[in-house]
Amino acid sequence: MTTRSIKGKAAVVGIGETTYYKHGQSPDSEFVLALQSILKAAEDAGIDLREIDGFTSYSNDRNDPSRLAAAIGIHDLKFSNMHWGGGGGGVAAAVANAAAAIASGFADCVVVFRALAQGQFRRFGEALPDPTVSGDPAYMRPYGVMSPAQNYAMRATRFMHDHDVRNDVLRAIAMASYQHAQNNPRAIMQGKPLDAQKYDDSRWIVEPVNRLFDCCQENDGAAALIMVSAERARDMKQTPAYLVGAAQGSDHRCGAPVMNSSNFASSSFSTVAERLYESAGVTAKDIDVVQSYENFTTGVMMAVVEHGFCAPEEANDFFTLDNLTCAKGSMPLNTSGGNLAECYMHGMGLQLEAVRQIRGTSCNQVAGARLAMNIAGPMVTPVSSLVMGSEETLS
Amino acid sequence: MTGNTYLPAGMPAPVPSPDGLDVPYWEGTRQNKLLVQRCDDCGTWQWGPEWLCHNCQSFNMKWLQTEDRGLIYSWERPWHPAHPALKGHGPYTVVLVELPEAGNIRMIGNLLGPVDQEVVIGSPVEAVYEAHDDADIPYTLVQWQVTR
Repeated sequence: MTTRSIKGKAAVVGIGETTYYKHGQSPDSEFVLALQSILKAAEDAGIDLREIDGFTSYSNDRNDPSRLAAAIGIHDLKFSNMHWGGGGGGVAAAVANAAAAIASGFADCVVVFRALAQGQFRRFGEALPDPTVSGDPAYMRPYGVMSPAQNYAMRATRFMHDHDVRNDVLRAIAMASYQHAQNNPRAIMQGKPLDAQKYDDSRWIVEPVNRLFDCCQENDGAAALIMVSAERARDMKQTPAYLVGAAQGSDHRCGAPVMNSSNFASSSFSTVAERLYESAGVTAKDIDVVQSYENFTTGVMMAVVEHGFCAPEEANDFFTLDNLTCAKGSMPLNTSGGNLAECYMHGMGLQLEAVRQIRGTSCNQVAGARLAMNIAGPMVTPVSSLVMGSEETLS
Repeated sequence: MTGNTYLPAGMPAPVPSPDGLDVPYWEGTRQNKLLVQRCDDCGTWQWGPEWLCHNCQSFNMKWLQTEDRGLIYSWERPWHPAHPALKGHGPYTVVLVELPEAGNIRMIGNLLGPVDQEVVIGSPVEAVYEAHDDADIPYTLVQWQVTR
Protein backbone atom coordinates (compact mmCIF):
# COMPACT_ATOMS: atom_id res chain seq x y z
CA MET A 1 0.00 0.00 0.00
CA THR A 2 1.42 3.33 -0.99
CA THR A 3 1.92 5.93 1.72
CA ARG A 4 0.20 8.44 -0.58
CA SER A 5 -3.19 6.74 -0.20
CA ILE A 6 -6.21 8.60 1.20
CA LYS A 7 -7.38 5.33 2.77
CA GLY A 8 -8.74 5.75 6.28
CA LYS A 9 -7.74 9.40 6.67
CA ALA A 10 -11.24 10.89 6.82
CA ALA A 11 -14.81 9.77 7.42
CA VAL A 12 -18.38 10.87 6.86
CA VAL A 13 -19.94 11.61 10.24
CA GLY A 14 -23.15 13.40 9.29
CA ILE A 15 -25.71 13.26 6.48
CA GLY A 16 -28.74 15.38 5.72
CA GLU A 17 -31.21 16.05 2.96
CA THR A 18 -34.26 18.24 2.46
CA THR A 19 -37.65 16.95 1.52
CA TYR A 20 -37.27 15.89 -2.10
CA TYR A 21 -39.65 17.59 -4.54
CA LYS A 22 -40.66 17.17 -8.16
CA HIS A 23 -38.97 19.89 -10.20
CA GLY A 24 -40.54 23.28 -9.70
CA GLN A 25 -42.42 22.25 -6.56
CA SER A 26 -40.03 23.35 -3.81
CA PRO A 27 -41.59 26.09 -1.67
CA ASP A 28 -38.07 27.23 -0.79
CA SER A 29 -35.30 28.78 -2.87
CA GLU A 30 -32.24 26.78 -3.82
CA PHE A 31 -30.07 28.59 -1.25
CA VAL A 32 -32.53 27.84 1.54
CA LEU A 33 -32.58 24.18 0.46
CA ALA A 34 -28.77 24.10 0.67
CA LEU A 35 -28.86 25.53 4.19
CA GLN A 36 -31.58 23.10 5.29
CA SER A 37 -29.53 20.09 4.16
CA ILE A 38 -26.38 21.37 5.89
CA LEU A 39 -28.28 22.01 9.15
CA LYS A 40 -29.66 18.50 9.03
CA ALA A 41 -26.23 16.98 8.40
CA ALA A 42 -24.75 18.92 11.35
CA GLU A 43 -27.55 17.76 13.60
CA ASP A 44 -27.01 14.17 12.45
CA ALA A 45 -23.28 14.52 13.22
CA GLY A 46 -23.97 16.14 16.58
CA ILE A 47 -21.79 19.17 15.90
CA ASP A 48 -22.26 22.92 16.22
CA LEU A 49 -22.80 24.36 12.74
CA ARG A 50 -20.00 26.87 13.30
CA GLU A 51 -17.46 24.07 13.51
CA ILE A 52 -17.77 23.75 9.72
CA ASP A 53 -14.68 25.27 8.10
CA GLY A 54 -14.79 24.03 4.51
CA PHE A 55 -17.10 23.34 1.57
CA THR A 56 -16.74 21.25 -1.55
CA SER A 57 -19.18 20.80 -4.40
CA TYR A 58 -19.28 20.10 -8.14
CA SER A 59 -21.08 20.94 -11.37
CA ASN A 60 -20.90 24.69 -10.73
CA ASP A 61 -23.26 24.63 -7.77
CA ARG A 62 -24.72 28.12 -7.50
CA ASN A 63 -24.53 28.36 -3.69
CA ASP A 64 -20.99 29.49 -3.07
CA PRO A 65 -19.08 28.85 0.15
CA SER A 66 -18.64 32.51 1.05
CA ARG A 67 -22.38 33.09 1.08
CA LEU A 68 -22.97 29.87 3.00
CA ALA A 69 -20.26 30.73 5.53
CA ALA A 70 -21.68 34.21 6.02
CA ALA A 71 -25.18 32.85 6.47
CA ILE A 72 -24.05 30.25 8.99
CA GLY A 73 -21.69 32.58 10.84
CA ILE A 74 -18.45 30.64 10.30
CA HIS A 75 -15.56 32.54 11.86
CA ASP A 76 -12.71 31.05 9.84
CA LEU A 77 -13.53 29.57 6.41
CA LYS A 78 -10.48 27.48 5.53
CA PHE A 79 -11.33 25.53 2.38
CA SER A 80 -13.55 26.17 -0.67
CA ASN A 81 -13.43 23.81 -3.60
CA MET A 82 -15.38 23.40 -6.84
CA HIS A 83 -14.75 20.31 -8.94
CA TRP A 84 -14.84 21.12 -12.67
CA GLY A 85 -17.14 19.38 -15.08
CA GLY A 86 -20.81 19.35 -15.84
CA GLY A 87 -23.27 16.64 -14.99
CA GLY A 88 -22.89 14.58 -11.85
CA GLY A 89 -19.48 13.18 -12.75
CA GLY A 90 -17.85 15.08 -9.91
CA VAL A 91 -19.89 14.00 -6.91
CA ALA A 92 -17.43 11.35 -5.71
CA ALA A 93 -14.54 13.72 -6.44
CA ALA A 94 -16.17 16.35 -4.21
CA VAL A 95 -16.16 13.84 -1.34
CA ALA A 96 -12.55 12.91 -2.12
CA ASN A 97 -11.55 16.59 -2.25
CA ALA A 98 -13.07 17.15 1.20
CA ALA A 99 -11.12 14.17 2.55
CA ALA A 100 -7.93 15.46 0.89
CA ALA A 101 -8.39 18.86 2.55
CA ILE A 102 -8.75 17.17 5.94
CA ALA A 103 -5.83 14.78 5.38
CA SER A 104 -3.54 17.62 4.32
CA GLY A 105 -4.54 19.87 7.21
CA PHE A 106 -6.24 22.60 5.18
CA ALA A 107 -9.49 22.19 7.09
CA ASP A 108 -11.01 20.08 9.87
CA CYS A 109 -14.74 19.84 9.23
CA VAL A 110 -15.80 19.93 5.59
CA VAL A 111 -19.29 19.92 4.10
CA VAL A 112 -19.91 18.27 0.72
CA PHE A 113 -23.20 19.46 -0.71
CA ARG A 114 -25.37 19.88 -3.80
CA ALA A 115 -28.53 21.95 -4.10
CA LEU A 116 -30.83 22.12 -7.08
CA ALA A 117 -34.04 23.99 -7.68
CA GLN A 118 -34.76 23.33 -11.33
CA GLY A 119 -38.01 25.23 -10.95
CA GLN A 120 -36.18 28.36 -9.85
CA PHE A 121 -33.55 27.88 -12.53
CA ARG A 122 -33.45 26.10 -15.91
CA ARG A 123 -34.15 22.38 -16.34
CA PHE A 124 -31.26 20.21 -17.53
CA GLY A 125 -33.36 18.37 -20.11
CA GLU A 126 -34.28 21.46 -22.10
CA ALA A 127 -31.92 22.99 -24.60
CA LEU A 128 -30.69 26.55 -24.22
CA PRO A 129 -32.80 28.89 -26.33
CA ASP A 130 -29.80 30.46 -28.12
CA PRO A 131 -30.65 31.29 -31.76
CA THR A 132 -27.02 30.79 -32.83
CA VAL A 133 -24.33 28.41 -31.59
CA SER A 134 -20.59 28.20 -32.12
CA GLY A 135 -17.77 25.83 -31.18
CA ASP A 136 -18.66 22.23 -30.28
CA PRO A 137 -22.44 22.92 -30.13
CA ALA A 138 -22.36 24.23 -33.72
CA TYR A 139 -21.62 20.68 -34.90
CA MET A 140 -24.37 19.11 -32.77
CA ARG A 141 -27.37 21.31 -31.96
CA PRO A 142 -28.41 22.24 -35.54
CA TYR A 143 -28.82 18.46 -36.06
CA GLY A 144 -31.00 18.10 -32.97
CA VAL A 145 -28.33 16.83 -30.55
CA MET A 146 -28.73 19.14 -27.57
CA SER A 147 -30.04 17.41 -24.43
CA PRO A 148 -28.09 15.07 -22.15
CA ALA A 149 -30.06 12.06 -23.42
CA GLN A 150 -29.21 13.00 -27.00
CA ASN A 151 -25.57 13.72 -26.16
CA TYR A 152 -24.95 10.30 -24.59
CA ALA A 153 -27.19 7.78 -26.37
CA MET A 154 -24.65 7.34 -29.18
CA ARG A 155 -22.06 5.95 -26.75
CA ALA A 156 -24.41 3.31 -25.41
CA THR A 157 -25.79 2.39 -28.84
CA ARG A 158 -22.25 1.63 -29.99
CA PHE A 159 -21.33 -0.25 -26.77
CA MET A 160 -24.46 -2.41 -26.97
CA HIS A 161 -23.77 -3.09 -30.65
CA ASP A 162 -20.15 -4.08 -29.97
CA HIS A 163 -21.03 -6.45 -27.12
CA ASP A 164 -24.54 -7.65 -28.09
CA VAL A 165 -26.08 -6.18 -24.92
CA ARG A 166 -29.88 -6.41 -24.88
CA ASN A 167 -32.27 -3.69 -23.69
CA ASP A 168 -33.45 -6.06 -20.90
CA VAL A 169 -30.30 -5.00 -19.09
CA LEU A 170 -31.49 -1.40 -19.01
CA ARG A 171 -34.95 -2.48 -17.86
CA ALA A 172 -33.48 -4.46 -14.95
CA ILE A 173 -31.48 -1.42 -13.80
CA ALA A 174 -34.58 0.80 -13.88
CA MET A 175 -36.71 -1.78 -12.09
CA ALA A 176 -34.10 -2.29 -9.34
CA SER A 177 -34.16 1.43 -8.53
CA TYR A 178 -37.96 1.50 -8.47
CA GLN A 179 -38.19 -1.66 -6.36
CA HIS A 180 -35.82 -0.20 -3.75
CA ALA A 181 -37.68 3.12 -3.75
CA GLN A 182 -40.89 1.38 -2.61
CA ASN A 183 -39.32 0.93 0.86
CA ASN A 184 -37.92 4.46 1.03
CA PRO A 185 -40.15 7.18 2.54
CA ARG A 186 -37.88 9.90 1.08
CA ALA A 187 -38.40 8.58 -2.45
CA ILE A 188 -40.53 10.55 -4.88
CA MET A 189 -41.51 7.30 -6.59
CA GLN A 190 -42.54 5.47 -3.40
CA GLY A 191 -45.99 4.08 -4.12
CA LYS A 192 -45.34 4.15 -7.89
CA PRO A 193 -43.84 0.75 -8.67
CA LEU A 194 -42.45 -0.12 -12.09
CA ASP A 195 -43.10 -3.50 -13.67
CA ALA A 196 -41.74 -4.89 -16.92
CA GLN A 197 -44.91 -4.09 -18.84
CA LYS A 198 -44.98 -0.46 -17.71
CA TYR A 199 -41.32 -0.11 -18.73
CA ASP A 200 -41.88 -1.73 -22.13
CA ASP A 201 -44.93 0.46 -22.79
CA SER A 202 -43.12 3.69 -21.93
CA ARG A 203 -42.33 6.15 -24.70
CA TRP A 204 -38.98 6.57 -26.35
CA ILE A 205 -36.97 9.59 -25.31
CA VAL A 206 -34.08 8.59 -27.57
CA GLU A 207 -34.37 5.34 -29.53
CA PRO A 208 -32.80 2.73 -29.35
CA VAL A 209 -31.55 3.02 -25.76
CA ASN A 210 -33.52 5.55 -23.68
CA ARG A 211 -37.14 4.92 -22.81
CA LEU A 212 -38.79 7.27 -20.31
CA PHE A 213 -37.87 5.04 -17.35
CA ASP A 214 -34.22 4.87 -18.41
CA CYS A 215 -33.86 8.59 -17.73
CA CYS A 216 -33.35 10.28 -14.36
CA GLN A 217 -35.95 12.53 -12.83
CA GLU A 218 -35.45 16.28 -12.52
CA ASN A 219 -36.02 17.48 -8.97
CA ASP A 220 -35.73 20.22 -6.39
CA GLY A 221 -33.90 19.65 -3.13
CA ALA A 222 -30.51 19.52 -1.48
CA ALA A 223 -28.29 16.96 0.21
CA ALA A 224 -25.13 17.34 2.27
CA LEU A 225 -22.63 15.28 4.20
CA ILE A 226 -19.99 16.24 6.75
CA MET A 227 -16.46 14.85 6.92
CA VAL A 228 -13.84 15.04 9.67
CA SER A 229 -10.57 13.22 10.35
CA ALA A 230 -10.73 9.49 11.10
CA GLU A 231 -9.36 10.10 14.62
CA ARG A 232 -12.12 12.53 15.47
CA ALA A 233 -14.80 10.44 13.74
CA ARG A 234 -14.24 7.54 16.14
CA ASP A 235 -15.48 9.64 19.10
CA MET A 236 -18.57 11.03 17.41
CA LYS A 237 -22.26 10.23 17.52
CA GLN A 238 -22.59 8.16 14.33
CA THR A 239 -20.81 5.06 13.08
CA PRO A 240 -18.14 6.53 10.75
CA ALA A 241 -18.15 5.74 7.05
CA TYR A 242 -14.47 5.97 6.13
CA LEU A 243 -13.20 6.95 2.73
CA VAL A 244 -11.31 3.83 1.63
CA GLY A 245 -10.32 4.98 -1.85
CA ALA A 246 -11.20 7.47 -4.56
CA ALA A 247 -10.22 8.42 -8.10
CA GLN A 248 -11.27 10.92 -10.73
CA GLY A 249 -10.45 11.82 -14.31
CA SER A 250 -11.06 10.30 -17.75
CA ASP A 251 -9.13 8.53 -20.48
CA HIS A 252 -7.44 9.63 -23.72
CA ARG A 253 -9.16 12.61 -25.36
CA CYS A 254 -12.40 11.88 -23.52
CA GLY A 255 -13.36 15.53 -23.92
CA ALA A 256 -12.48 15.73 -27.64
CA PRO A 257 -15.13 17.75 -29.48
CA VAL A 258 -17.99 16.31 -31.57
CA MET A 259 -17.86 12.82 -30.03
CA ASN A 260 -14.25 12.14 -31.04
CA SER A 261 -13.00 10.61 -27.79
CA SER A 262 -10.62 7.72 -28.45
CA ASN A 263 -12.59 5.28 -26.29
CA PHE A 264 -16.04 6.39 -27.37
CA ALA A 265 -18.24 3.42 -26.41
CA SER A 266 -17.54 3.94 -22.74
CA SER A 267 -18.79 5.48 -19.48
CA SER A 268 -15.42 7.33 -19.21
CA PHE A 269 -14.28 5.13 -16.29
CA SER A 270 -11.80 2.82 -18.07
CA THR A 271 -8.72 4.35 -16.40
CA VAL A 272 -10.45 5.81 -13.34
CA ALA A 273 -11.78 2.45 -12.10
CA GLU A 274 -8.30 0.96 -12.18
CA ARG A 275 -6.93 3.82 -10.08
CA LEU A 276 -9.86 3.54 -7.65
CA TYR A 277 -9.06 -0.10 -6.91
CA GLU A 278 -5.37 0.70 -6.54
CA SER A 279 -6.21 3.51 -4.14
CA ALA A 280 -8.63 1.41 -2.08
CA GLY A 281 -6.61 -1.80 -2.13
CA VAL A 282 -9.71 -3.86 -2.86
CA THR A 283 -11.25 -5.60 -5.89
CA ALA A 284 -14.77 -5.66 -7.30
CA LYS A 285 -15.35 -8.98 -5.52
CA ASP A 286 -14.87 -7.26 -2.13
CA ILE A 287 -17.62 -4.68 -2.70
CA ASP A 288 -20.90 -5.40 -0.87
CA VAL A 289 -23.19 -2.77 -2.40
CA VAL A 290 -22.98 -0.32 -5.33
CA GLN A 291 -24.55 3.10 -5.76
CA SER A 292 -24.11 4.03 -9.43
CA TYR A 293 -25.36 7.40 -10.67
CA GLU A 294 -28.22 7.02 -13.10
CA ASN A 295 -28.33 9.87 -15.56
CA PHE A 296 -29.42 7.06 -17.86
CA THR A 297 -29.52 3.31 -17.26
CA THR A 298 -27.08 2.96 -20.17
CA GLY A 299 -24.41 4.81 -18.21
CA VAL A 300 -24.96 2.61 -15.15
CA MET A 301 -24.52 -0.50 -17.29
CA MET A 302 -21.26 0.69 -18.84
CA ALA A 303 -19.90 2.08 -15.54
CA VAL A 304 -20.56 -1.16 -13.66
CA VAL A 305 -18.88 -3.10 -16.46
CA GLU A 306 -15.91 -0.72 -16.48
CA HIS A 307 -15.55 -1.17 -12.71
CA GLY A 308 -15.09 -4.87 -13.37
CA PHE A 309 -18.27 -6.32 -11.83
CA CYS A 310 -18.83 -8.28 -15.04
CA ALA A 311 -17.32 -8.50 -18.50
CA PRO A 312 -19.20 -6.75 -21.31
CA GLU A 313 -20.09 -10.15 -22.77
CA GLU A 314 -21.63 -11.20 -19.44
CA ALA A 315 -23.89 -8.15 -19.12
CA ASN A 316 -27.06 -9.89 -20.36
CA ASP A 317 -26.80 -12.51 -17.61
CA PHE A 318 -25.45 -10.23 -14.88
CA PHE A 319 -27.96 -7.36 -15.01
CA THR A 320 -31.14 -9.07 -13.81
CA LEU A 321 -33.60 -7.66 -11.28
CA ASP A 322 -32.79 -10.44 -8.81
CA ASN A 323 -29.07 -9.87 -9.05
CA LEU A 324 -29.38 -6.10 -8.54
CA THR A 325 -31.78 -6.00 -5.59
CA CYS A 326 -30.88 -6.15 -1.93
CA ALA A 327 -32.65 -9.37 -0.93
CA LYS A 328 -30.71 -11.86 -3.04
CA GLY A 329 -28.50 -9.95 -5.46
CA SER A 330 -24.78 -10.49 -5.82
CA MET A 331 -24.46 -6.76 -6.53
CA PRO A 332 -27.25 -4.78 -4.84
CA LEU A 333 -27.55 -1.55 -6.81
CA ASN A 334 -28.98 1.88 -5.97
CA THR A 335 -30.62 0.77 -2.73
CA SER A 336 -32.33 4.13 -2.08
CA GLY A 337 -33.98 4.20 -5.49
CA GLY A 338 -31.26 6.48 -6.80
CA ASN A 339 -31.68 9.28 -9.29
CA LEU A 340 -34.44 7.37 -11.07
CA ALA A 341 -36.81 6.80 -8.17
CA GLU A 342 -35.60 8.43 -4.94
CA CYS A 343 -34.60 11.86 -6.19
CA TYR A 344 -32.30 13.38 -8.76
CA MET A 345 -30.10 15.24 -6.31
CA HIS A 346 -27.32 15.07 -8.88
CA GLY A 347 -25.92 11.94 -7.25
CA MET A 348 -25.55 13.40 -3.76
CA GLY A 349 -28.43 11.26 -2.53
CA LEU A 350 -26.49 8.19 -3.64
CA GLN A 351 -23.51 9.28 -1.51
CA LEU A 352 -25.77 9.54 1.53
CA GLU A 353 -27.12 6.08 0.77
CA ALA A 354 -23.60 4.60 0.70
CA VAL A 355 -23.08 6.08 4.19
CA ARG A 356 -26.34 4.51 5.41
CA GLN A 357 -25.24 1.12 4.10
CA ILE A 358 -22.00 1.35 6.10
CA ARG A 359 -23.94 2.49 9.19
CA GLY A 360 -26.46 -0.34 8.71
CA THR A 361 -29.43 2.04 8.49
CA SER A 362 -30.62 1.79 4.88
CA CYS A 363 -34.27 1.15 4.05
CA ASN A 364 -32.87 -1.66 1.92
CA GLN A 365 -29.99 -2.71 4.11
CA VAL A 366 -27.56 -5.20 2.63
CA ALA A 367 -26.81 -7.58 5.50
CA GLY A 368 -23.28 -7.10 6.81
CA ALA A 369 -22.32 -4.41 4.28
CA ARG A 370 -18.78 -3.23 4.98
CA LEU A 371 -17.61 -1.82 1.63
CA ALA A 372 -19.85 0.43 -0.47
CA MET A 373 -18.86 1.72 -3.89
CA ASN A 374 -20.16 4.97 -5.26
CA ILE A 375 -19.85 5.68 -8.98
CA ALA A 376 -20.55 9.27 -10.03
CA GLY A 377 -22.24 10.47 -13.21
CA PRO A 378 -21.05 8.30 -16.13
CA MET A 379 -20.27 9.32 -19.74
CA VAL A 380 -19.36 12.92 -18.87
CA THR A 381 -15.78 14.04 -18.25
CA PRO A 382 -14.14 14.14 -15.80
CA VAL A 383 -15.84 11.33 -13.85
CA SER A 384 -15.13 10.02 -10.35
CA SER A 385 -15.81 7.08 -8.07
CA LEU A 386 -15.03 6.06 -4.51
CA VAL A 387 -15.25 3.31 -1.94
CA MET A 388 -16.49 3.88 1.61
CA GLY A 389 -16.00 1.34 4.34
CA SER A 390 -16.53 0.45 7.97
CA GLU A 391 -13.78 0.52 10.62
CA GLU A 392 -12.87 -3.14 10.07
CA THR A 393 -12.07 -2.55 6.38
CA LEU A 394 -9.15 -0.28 7.28
CA SER A 395 -6.93 -2.89 8.88
CA MET B 1 -34.99 28.74 -45.20
CA THR B 2 -35.09 26.86 -48.46
CA GLY B 3 -38.06 24.78 -47.27
CA ASN B 4 -35.99 21.74 -48.09
CA THR B 5 -34.32 21.07 -44.77
CA TYR B 6 -34.40 17.84 -42.75
CA LEU B 7 -35.33 19.54 -39.46
CA PRO B 8 -37.88 22.34 -39.13
CA ALA B 9 -37.09 26.06 -39.20
CA GLY B 10 -36.07 27.65 -35.92
CA MET B 11 -33.31 25.24 -34.94
CA PRO B 12 -30.12 26.81 -33.54
CA ALA B 13 -27.99 28.17 -36.40
CA PRO B 14 -24.23 27.51 -36.44
CA VAL B 15 -21.80 30.42 -36.66
CA PRO B 16 -18.00 30.24 -36.79
CA SER B 17 -16.15 30.46 -33.46
CA PRO B 18 -15.47 34.04 -32.40
CA ASP B 19 -11.75 33.18 -32.23
CA GLY B 20 -11.74 32.22 -35.92
CA LEU B 21 -10.64 28.63 -35.32
CA ASP B 22 -13.20 26.91 -37.56
CA VAL B 23 -13.92 29.58 -40.22
CA PRO B 24 -12.42 27.36 -43.00
CA TYR B 25 -14.87 24.55 -42.22
CA TRP B 26 -17.94 26.76 -42.45
CA GLU B 27 -16.64 28.52 -45.61
CA GLY B 28 -15.97 25.10 -47.14
CA THR B 29 -19.46 23.80 -46.55
CA ARG B 30 -20.87 26.87 -48.38
CA GLN B 31 -19.00 25.54 -51.44
CA ASN B 32 -20.13 21.92 -50.82
CA LYS B 33 -16.66 20.93 -49.65
CA LEU B 34 -15.80 19.01 -46.51
CA LEU B 35 -12.70 20.60 -44.97
CA VAL B 36 -11.17 19.07 -41.84
CA GLN B 37 -7.96 19.52 -39.87
CA ARG B 38 -4.73 17.63 -40.48
CA CYS B 39 -1.41 18.29 -38.78
CA ASP B 40 1.14 19.56 -41.29
CA ASP B 41 3.99 18.15 -39.20
CA CYS B 42 2.93 14.60 -38.30
CA GLY B 43 -0.07 14.01 -40.59
CA THR B 44 -2.61 13.33 -37.83
CA TRP B 45 -6.23 14.03 -38.75
CA GLN B 46 -8.15 15.83 -36.04
CA TRP B 47 -11.81 16.62 -35.35
CA GLY B 48 -13.44 18.75 -33.97
CA PRO B 49 -11.31 21.75 -34.71
CA GLU B 50 -8.54 22.50 -32.23
CA TRP B 51 -5.54 24.81 -32.20
CA LEU B 52 -3.01 22.14 -31.30
CA CYS B 53 -2.25 18.71 -32.79
CA HIS B 54 -3.13 16.18 -30.09
CA ASN B 55 -0.48 13.77 -31.39
CA CYS B 56 2.67 15.90 -31.79
CA GLN B 57 1.60 19.13 -30.03
CA SER B 58 2.32 21.24 -33.10
CA PHE B 59 0.29 24.41 -33.76
CA ASN B 60 0.72 23.75 -37.47
CA MET B 61 -2.80 22.50 -38.20
CA LYS B 62 -3.92 22.76 -41.85
CA TRP B 63 -7.37 22.48 -43.45
CA LEU B 64 -7.68 19.76 -46.11
CA GLN B 65 -10.65 18.71 -48.23
CA THR B 66 -11.67 15.13 -47.55
CA GLU B 67 -13.95 12.68 -49.33
CA ASP B 68 -17.73 13.08 -48.97
CA ARG B 69 -18.15 9.56 -47.64
CA GLY B 70 -17.99 7.65 -44.40
CA LEU B 71 -19.39 4.78 -42.34
CA ILE B 72 -22.10 4.88 -39.69
CA TYR B 73 -20.31 4.52 -36.35
CA SER B 74 -23.36 4.99 -34.12
CA TRP B 75 -26.85 6.43 -34.32
CA GLU B 76 -29.85 7.65 -32.34
CA ARG B 77 -33.43 8.65 -32.98
CA PRO B 78 -34.66 11.34 -30.58
CA TRP B 79 -38.43 11.33 -30.01
CA HIS B 80 -38.70 13.79 -27.14
CA PRO B 81 -38.39 17.39 -28.38
CA ALA B 82 -35.67 19.17 -26.41
CA HIS B 83 -36.09 22.42 -28.40
CA PRO B 84 -39.22 24.50 -29.13
CA ALA B 85 -38.68 24.18 -32.90
CA LEU B 86 -39.04 20.40 -32.59
CA LYS B 87 -42.34 20.39 -30.68
CA GLY B 88 -44.85 18.35 -32.68
CA HIS B 89 -42.27 17.40 -35.29
CA GLY B 90 -41.84 13.78 -34.29
CA PRO B 91 -38.72 11.61 -34.30
CA TYR B 92 -35.64 12.27 -36.40
CA THR B 93 -32.48 10.27 -36.98
CA VAL B 94 -28.95 11.36 -36.13
CA VAL B 95 -25.84 9.47 -37.19
CA LEU B 96 -22.27 9.60 -35.98
CA VAL B 97 -20.21 9.04 -39.11
CA GLU B 98 -16.55 8.04 -39.16
CA LEU B 99 -14.39 9.06 -42.11
CA PRO B 100 -11.92 6.27 -42.96
CA GLU B 101 -10.17 8.53 -45.47
CA ALA B 102 -9.48 11.13 -42.79
CA GLY B 103 -8.07 9.04 -39.96
CA ASN B 104 -11.48 7.81 -38.76
CA ILE B 105 -12.48 11.18 -37.34
CA ARG B 106 -16.21 11.38 -36.55
CA MET B 107 -18.94 13.85 -37.50
CA ILE B 108 -22.58 14.24 -36.59
CA GLY B 109 -25.41 14.76 -39.05
CA ASN B 110 -28.96 13.71 -39.76
CA LEU B 111 -29.60 10.56 -41.79
CA LEU B 112 -31.79 11.59 -44.72
CA GLY B 113 -34.62 9.31 -45.80
CA PRO B 114 -37.62 7.74 -44.05
CA VAL B 115 -37.51 8.31 -40.31
CA ASP B 116 -38.40 4.69 -39.60
CA GLN B 117 -35.60 3.29 -41.79
CA GLU B 118 -33.47 0.62 -40.19
CA VAL B 119 -30.06 2.02 -39.31
CA VAL B 120 -27.16 -0.43 -39.53
CA ILE B 121 -23.84 0.41 -37.89
CA GLY B 122 -21.07 0.11 -40.48
CA SER B 123 -23.23 1.12 -43.45
CA PRO B 124 -21.54 3.39 -46.01
CA VAL B 125 -23.00 6.89 -46.24
CA GLU B 126 -22.35 9.95 -48.38
CA ALA B 127 -22.53 13.63 -47.51
CA VAL B 128 -25.43 15.81 -48.68
CA TYR B 129 -24.99 19.57 -48.36
CA GLU B 130 -28.06 21.29 -46.92
CA ALA B 131 -27.91 25.03 -47.61
CA HIS B 132 -29.65 27.51 -45.33
CA ASP B 133 -29.31 30.52 -47.63
CA ASP B 134 -31.98 32.61 -45.94
CA ALA B 135 -30.41 32.55 -42.49
CA ASP B 136 -29.14 35.87 -41.08
CA ILE B 137 -25.66 34.44 -41.54
CA PRO B 138 -26.11 31.87 -44.35
CA TYR B 139 -24.71 28.44 -43.54
CA THR B 140 -24.70 24.90 -44.88
CA LEU B 141 -25.19 21.75 -42.82
CA VAL B 142 -23.59 18.44 -43.77
CA GLN B 143 -26.22 15.68 -43.79
CA TRP B 144 -25.76 12.02 -44.71
CA GLN B 145 -27.58 9.41 -46.73
CA VAL B 146 -27.00 5.71 -47.12
CA THR B 147 -24.99 5.00 -50.28
CA ARG B 148 -27.13 3.11 -52.81
